[in-house]
Amino acid sequence: MKRNVLAMAALAAAAAVGVSTPAAAQNEQFIPANYYWVGPYAPGGSGFGGGIIDYFAMLNERDGGINGVKLTWEKCETEYNNARGVECYERSKKKGPTGATVIHPLSTGITYSLIEKATADKIPVISMGYGRTDASDGRVFPYIFPLITNYWSQNTAKIKFIGMKEGGMDKLKGKKIVNIYHDSAYGKETIPVLDAQAKKFGFQVTHIPVPHPGNEQQAQWLQVRQIKPDWVILRGWGVMNPTALKAAAKVGFPRTKIVGVWWSGAEEDVIPAGDAAKGYIAAGFNLPGSEFPVMKDIQKFVYAKGKGEFEDKSRFGSIYHTRGVVAGILTVEAIRLAQTRYGKGKPITGEQMRWGLENLRIDGKRLKELGAVGLMQPLKVSCMDHEGGGAVKFLQWDGKKWNVITDWIASDQSIVRPMIEASASQYAKEKSITARDCGKEG
Amino acid sequence: MLYREAGQFKSSYAEDQQIFPIRQDRIALAVFLAFAFLVVPVIGNQYWLSAILTPFLIFALAALGLNLLTGYAGQLSLGTAAFMAVGAFMAYNFVLRMPWLGIIPSFILAGLCAAAVGIVFGLPSLRIKGFYLAVATLACQFFVLWAIQRWGWITNYSTSGVIAAQKVAIFGYAVETPAEKYLLTLAIVAVMALAAKNLMRSETGRAFMAVRDMDVAASVIGIPMMKTKLLAFAISSFYCGVAGALYAYTYLGTVEPEAFTLDLSFRVLFMIIIGGIGSILGSFLGAAFITVFPIFLNIASGWTSHALGIEISHALVSNLELIIFGGLIIFFLIVEPSGLARLWQITKEKLRLWPFPH
Repeated sequence: MKRNVLAMAALAAAAAVGVSTPAAAQNEQFIPANYYWVGPYAPGGSGFGGGIIDYFAMLNERDGGINGVKLTWEKCETEYNNARGVECYERSKKKGPTGATVIHPLSTGITYSLIEKATADKIPVISMGYGRTDASDGRVFPYIFPLITNYWSQNTAKIKFIGMKEGGMDKLKGKKIVNIYHDSAYGKETIPVLDAQAKKFGFQVTHIPVPHPGNEQQAQWLQVRQIKPDWVILRGWGVMNPTALKAAAKVGFPRTKIVGVWWSGAEEDVIPAGDAAKGYIAAGFNLPGSEFPVMKDIQKFVYAKGKGEFEDKSRFGSIYHTRGVVAGILTVEAIRLAQTRYGKGKPITGEQMRWGLENLRIDGKRLKELGAVGLMQPLKVSCMDHEGGGAVKFLQWDGKKWNVITDWIASDQSIVRPMIEASASQYAKEKSITARDCGKEG
Repeated sequence: MLYREAGQFKSSYAEDQQIFPIRQDRIALAVFLAFAFLVVPVIGNQYWLSAILTPFLIFALAALGLNLLTGYAGQLSLGTAAFMAVGAFMAYNFVLRMPWLGIIPSFILAGLCAAAVGIVFGLPSLRIKGFYLAVATLACQFFVLWAIQRWGWITNYSTSGVIAAQKVAIFGYAVETPAEKYLLTLAIVAVMALAAKNLMRSETGRAFMAVRDMDVAASVIGIPMMKTKLLAFAISSFYCGVAGALYAYTYLGTVEPEAFTLDLSFRVLFMIIIGGIGSILGSFLGAAFITVFPIFLNIASGWTSHALGIEISHALVSNLELIIFGGLIIFFLIVEPSGLARLWQITKEKLRLWPFPH
């Protein structure tokens, strides 16, 4: 008797679940939130995810969505794993009235896996600040957008910064630079552009790989000590970064001569290294801070109502958080632009979003309206150029926070662009894709 | 009552020795295969085909390979992912440099390359057993990945080390949609599973099992140790190599060395432990459990949070998934240490008596 009652109760509950599917609202824009909240890269993933969801939530609260179309999202854990990323993509791509609008994979590996699938499904992929670098050539990769800046552009800006510190690009001749990189697809991407610049400016570059995950770097930094370079470029990810800084302190290499990439330049990368991280310089395409007007709006409309993504309020305004907010800004502006062409106040499809992204323009005036002046740089995307920006700022860690030490330093497109076009055309040849003719499109 | 052999007489040796001697088994298998080949591609939606069924088949093939080595021949190996990596990268190279070969011969050649690597790293098995052999194969796992990352030729000198698999075409017929990829994978896996089953029923299989049970006694009665053990490594690596090639071509579409870490080797080992060591069906059951169950938990947690109306923190959900999964593995191993295949066997035995209790 008791077993029967329990069974009936279970059945009733299951039936209630089955019946109570929410009615699909038609005026919604669905954006999958396929990031990672667990695993060794969780601080980055949860920070970015928190930022982008916070921005969407703020927009829904403050403006009622984009011209009345509310933004919706669904979280899916990718664990920074390609197979899980593809599975999350397949699961989420048909949700919402018009399907998934855009994907932010937050992983170079997952981006590579999604390139063909997303292009076939007509869903744009924004790989903001990461790979695939040669997707900056929009003629071969119509659906992939490595917005704001890609690895090669950033690398040329870094060499420019080093040249600046040395007193001029001509002073780079004869200098020694070591490139310590994470031994993965991400880490290896900048080797060719560094070699090209070494040839052009006359400096010596040594590439030292650190096997994943990078907990052990004694051997590599002893090698650095032997080489006695003038500068070290740190291209790490996750736990490799604080380990590198601690190892550098142990061998006595000054951290003020270590320049990290933006995936090595967040609070989570330097705080575990403690005092060893003081003076370390990192590149960034977005700045931290909670005083920007847009961040204040998020505080007012989301966190004050108890709905923010972060339980740990000290993470508000951190680099990954603002990076997520920047990604949110890009997504929303592109949707807004697409709506002006395809119908205001109606949800847009992935194909229409692609047009929006390809014609995205965010100038200084718009940044001021958005409340993001200084948070990100102005952007101009086009069919030829899916990158749109290319400049970085450099920040220095003082033990407590990141301080901006330069203005926006532009990349050297004279080096980067030919390499991108060469690489993209090789991909096109391998895959028998005909590159689009940018002059013919609207 | 339904599952009775009464009235089924065998009148030839061939009939007596067939894999499925009971007619009901043959009918069930025929129905199941017809369903898998004909019905699933039609009714299956893209998510099921490309994200659940295809990886399940691929991992079942890899688990089958490991089962041949560890379950039937008793050689513990942790290098499964390395053999899959060799298969994937060599398949890419064969299609790239000899496109006139066609995709199936490229897969076969890639499998043979993986078999060669397997033989080289199986040489320690002639001297060491058990745990120590596992450590030697661990060396294989790390060395192969390191070699792939250092040797530029194998990735066609790509800057990032990630290679994009070329399009698959069989006799001019392009295999592009998820349903077509699923069918190709299913065909390859079905043929290789049949081959494995027959191999294990033959003299080779009996030699493997003799080596597993007591290799000293096996060598005393005349089974050649070196040939048998190396053959086990070769065949197992061939299966893993083909699984790796399928992983690249019909599932992910890109290959990078990071996809074939030690984690994957352990996953395949867990598949055969849960599914049943020394059983062909066990490889499939274990692969189904380990590939499908985490996704099911993920989706189920979404349902429960909808149903109960509370917002569970997403990180908590993901970590719970790992906890529940690990707990279930422990539960299964306590309840049935011989794996899911043994549970299936017990079910069939009970079915023979049904509806009678004994």
